[in-house]
Amino acid sequence: MIPEILHFGDTGFGDELIVGALVTVEIAIYSLAIGLGLGLAAAGAKLSHSRILRGVAETYSLLIRGIPELLIILLVYYSGGAAIGALLEAFGYDGGFDFNKRLAGSLALGLIFGAFASEVFRGAFMAVPKGQIEAALAVGMTRRQVFLRVRFPQILRFALPGLGNLWMVLLKDTSLVSVIALDELMRETSVAAEATQRPFVFYLAATVIYLLLTVVSDIFRARLERHANRGIAGEAVSRPPAPRPA
Amino acid sequence: MAGHPAAAAGPALIAEDIHKRFGDLAVLRGVTLSAAAGEVIAIIGSSGSGKSTFLRCINFLEIPDRGRIVLDGEEIRVRIGRAGRLTGVDRKQIARLRSQLGMVFQSFNLWAHMTVLQNIAEGPVQVLKRSRAEAREEAMALLEKVGLESRFDSYPAQLSGGQQQRVAIARALAMQPKVLLFDEPTSSLDPELVGEVLRVMQDLAQEGRTMIVVTHEMGFAREVSDRTVFLHRGRIEEEGSPADLFGAPKSGRLQQFLSSQM
Repeated sequence: MIPEILHFGDTGFGDELIVGALVTVEIAIYSLAIGLGLGLAAAGAKLSHSRILRGVAETYSLLIRGIPELLIILLVYYSGGAAIGALLEAFGYDGGFDFNKRLAGSLALGLIFGAFASEVFRGAFMAVPKGQIEAALAVGMTRRQVFLRVRFPQILRFALPGLGNLWMVLLKDTSLVSVIALDELMRETSVAAEATQRPFVFYLAATVIYLLLTVVSDIFRARLERHANRGIAGEAVSRPPAPRPA
Repeated sequence: MAGHPAAAAGPALIAEDIHKRFGDLAVLRGVTLSAAAGEVIAIIGSSGSGKSTFLRCINFLEIPDRGRIVLDGEEIRVRIGRAGRLTGVDRKQIARLRSQLGMVFQSFNLWAHMTVLQNIAEGPVQVLKRSRAEAREEAMALLEKVGLESRFDSYPAQLSGGQQQRVAIARALAMQPKVLLFDEPTSSLDPELVGEVLRVMQDLAQEGRTMIVVTHEMGFAREVSDRTVFLHRGRIEEEGSPADLFGAPKSGRLQQFLSSQM
């Protein structure tokens, strides 16, 4: 039933596609971790009293949102690699620097994710009712305690729908890192399509795999949201509009 | 009211010459109030009279422009900045002051992601550094006191407004505050839920708690308070025993206000 070219082993490309899909997931998870950290930090900076921090964060999200993703990936890979190489040289290393492709890809996608996530987080920060923050201050909590005990747990509740959306976009954007010859699902697919001259079969197979990843993610997202919304009447947190065109 | 433990050590709370303006609007123009231990003070006045702002200045949810707060003999240090305004505040001292002042808000402000029990135990655990077990035990006792022990595991959104406000009162009591501040505690409740909250407050008054209550409930001010204060445009227009204020109001503004409340 499955065409032989999709079989595992020497005769087919099935195993290559699966390995590519795993790399895709791996890159997406690294990017998510980097992006969440950056996004949270940038949101904090955007809401801070410091004009410098605000300026840095606003510039970051403006730049990232204004540059095509493909270009960001290329910029990070080529100029980032060169910059780190130069930096290492300045500190006395002369072994040269080979920018790990997975690292470069994850960093680029993480930068993109973080810029959009910072807006989601900022919205979520502001969605926590002011009265609950006042109530926390009124019992004598420090600002740190207010953040950790009252704001942060609820930020997740307000941010999850938007973050889920960004994750879907991220999952698909991983296909763009094939331009730096990273062997993720998209690149494995086109290599196989070219080698066998059967593009339709392989692109269809890749489509099915991407959709599968999406479905699994969505189930996971729904669970997380249910957990974050426990105790909230009607789980009334509506999903905000997509922060960017998918 | 006679029979109260007339504080030998001075008033429980003094708020002196409190000024606050928002932009061009002078909301408080020198309000002075001191509460003896065990005294219940009701603050009445029309909306915009500054009564809520005054209450919020007492625990520095609003930083007053001028004036001083003394809680149980401890004066809150504030620095006079530009234009004679209070600016630099000692965060630690303010936090300690707040932990000794229980605040009950108009809109309850329970933490939505915590159960009823967690809401009450949170302050003692985080601020007073009680053990979780101890705090939960005390929280259960307080829930019993406000008649909600069966709802300990509910989330705020699953409770009625009156129940939420009773939880909020228990949350304030859990800190064992020296003074309780109530900011229009029944104003956002459906009429049929007002009574259950007022009953809890009445019990607290009878226990000899020191309470400052900003309220629209003239019945409560008249029946429960030891002293009633009428605020008008950021100043105390008239104050005295509720019998005097409601029975024989002197100022024309108070007479007008009272007749509008009928």
